[in-house]
Amino acid sequence: MTAMIDVANASKTFTMHLQGGIALPVVRGVTFQVQPGECVVLSGPSGAGKSSILKMIFGNYRCDGGRIGIRHRGEVIDLATAEPRQVLNVRRATIGYVSQFLRAVPRVATIDVVAEPLIAGGLNRPDAQARAGELLHRLNIPERLWQLPPATFSGGEQQRVNIARGFIPDLPILLLDEPTASLDAANRAVVVELVAEKKRQGVAMLAIVHDDEIRHLIADRIVDVTSFAAAA
Amino acid sequence: MADQGLLETDEPLLIARSLSKSYGRIAACRDVSFSLYPGEVLAIVGESGSGKSTLLQMLSGQLAASGGHVSYRMRDGVTRDLASLGEAERRLLFRTDWGFVHQDPAQGLRMAVSAGANVGERLMAVGWNHYGRIRESASDWLTRVEIDVARIDDAPRTYSGGMRQRLQIARNLVTGPRLVFMDEPTGGLDVSVQARLLDLLRNLVAELHLAVVIVTHDLAVARLLSHRVMVMKGGRVIETGLTDQVLDDPREPYTQLLVSSILPP
Repeated sequence: MTAMIDVANASKTFTMHLQGGIALPVVRGVTFQVQPGECVVLSGPSGAGKSSILKMIFGNYRCDGGRIGIRHRGEVIDLATAEPRQVLNVRRATIGYVSQFLRAVPRVATIDVVAEPLIAGGLNRPDAQARAGELLHRLNIPERLWQLPPATFSGGEQQRVNIARGFIPDLPILLLDEPTASLDAANRAVVVELVAEKKRQGVAMLAIVHDDEIRHLIADRIVDVTSFAAAA
Repeated sequence: MADQGLLETDEPLLIARSLSKSYGRIAACRDVSFSLYPGEVLAIVGESGSGKSTLLQMLSGQLAASGGHVSYRMRDGVTRDLASLGEAERRLLFRTDWGFVHQDPAQGLRMAVSAGANVGERLMAVGWNHYGRIRESASDWLTRVEIDVARIDDAPRTYSGGMRQRLQIARNLVTGPRLVFMDEPTGGLDVSVQARLLDLLRNLVAELHLAVVIVTHDLAVARLLSHRVMVMKGGRVIETGLTDQVLDDPREPYTQLLVSSILPP
C-alpha cells in the first residue's frame, strides 16, 4: 500500500534575523510514513518540534531539506518543493488541518464557518449547512449560537467550532494539533468518535495529543519526535 | 482562510516579465516577474516607497514601464502584450474585464451623480441602453454590497466612507470583470468598517472567482484576502510565496521585521 504521507529526512531551521541572525535548528532527519486509515501520534516534550512538523506537512512552514511526499489525486507531490498553487490544491483536495485555535473571520456566522469547506468543495449551501448543523450538534454547540460569529464564544466552544470545521470535509489526510486541549470529558469522547469514523473511511491522520488517555484511544502508532532533535 | 475558489486552469491571466521603472537614476521598481492565474488573489505588501504602487500602475497599464512587459489573456483567449494594445482596446479592457478600486473612493466615483448612475455608467459604456434593466442591475449590485436600495438616487458625497468604498466596488464589479486591481482598499476606513468591507470583498472574490492584485501595507488584509504574497522593499521583490507561509515563517530580515511589528489581535 502506498503511504499517504511519506516524510524523508526533512529538516527545519529558523534563522532569526532580528536577533542577530542566530540559527534555531528545530528538527532534522524527520522520517516516517502514515498509511490510509491509521492515526499516528507525534510524541515528545514541548518544544521538540511536533507542531513544526505538522506545519511543514501542511506547507505552512517551509522545509529546508529532505522531502515531504503527499499522495494527492493519485500522484505523489513533494510539498517541500511544490509551487504555492500546488500547495493550495493539495490543501483543497487532500489535507485538512485542525489547528489549536480558531482563526475566526469577523462577521461570519458559526454555521457558515463550519460549512465553508464544503461549499468551497462545490456542495450547495443548504446541504452544507445541514451537515454543519449535524456536526455542531454532536459537538454540543447549542443551535441558538449557530447564527452568531464564534469570536465571542468561550475557548472550548471556539475549539469545538474549529474541530467541526476541520472534520467536515471528506479529505484523505487530516492533521490534528491538540484537538482536545480545552475540552471537557463529554466533548473529548466525541472527538475520539470522530477520529474513529475517519479511520474507518480510510483517512490518514497525524496528531499531537498531550492527554495520555486520548492518545491511548486514538493512536495506532507513536512516532517519537525527540529522535529528530536538531543538534543545537 | 482564503483557500477557496482557486481553480485548475493552467493558463495565467496576467503575466509580468522583468518589469522595471526608473525615474532618472532612481529605480522605483526593479525586475519584477510573476504570473497570476484566474481566481487567484496576490497581495503586494511593503512600506511606502517600496515600489508597490508603481508596480500596480504598470500592471494596470496606467504607467509605462522602463523595462519589461505585462501581458494579459483577453476574453477571446489570446494573450496580448499590454503595450501592443491601442488606446481604444485598452479603454475597453478597463471598462469591462478589469476593475480598479482606489484607496480614495472619490477617485473611482463621480461624487456628484447618483449612486445608481455611478454603477449604471459602466454598463452604458459597454452598450447597455435599456434604462429599466440598467437600474435593475444597479439596485441588485447595491444590495450585494449592502447598500440600502432606498439610497440609489443619492449622490455618493452624501454617503459615509465605508458606503462610498462599497459603492466603488459595485461600480467595478457590475461588468463582470475577471481581474481587479486594488490599491489599499481599506486604507482610509475605521477598523469596524474595515472588517465589514474585508468580509464583503472576501466573499465576492470567491463567489465571482476574481483574480485580484491588491496593494496593502496591512498584513492582516493580506492574510485574510490573498493566496499569495509578494514582499517589496526598495523597488525589489524580496520574498514571495503562499501567504500563510510567508507570514508564519518569514525568511528575509525585512519580512521578519514586518511580521514582528504587527500587534497581536
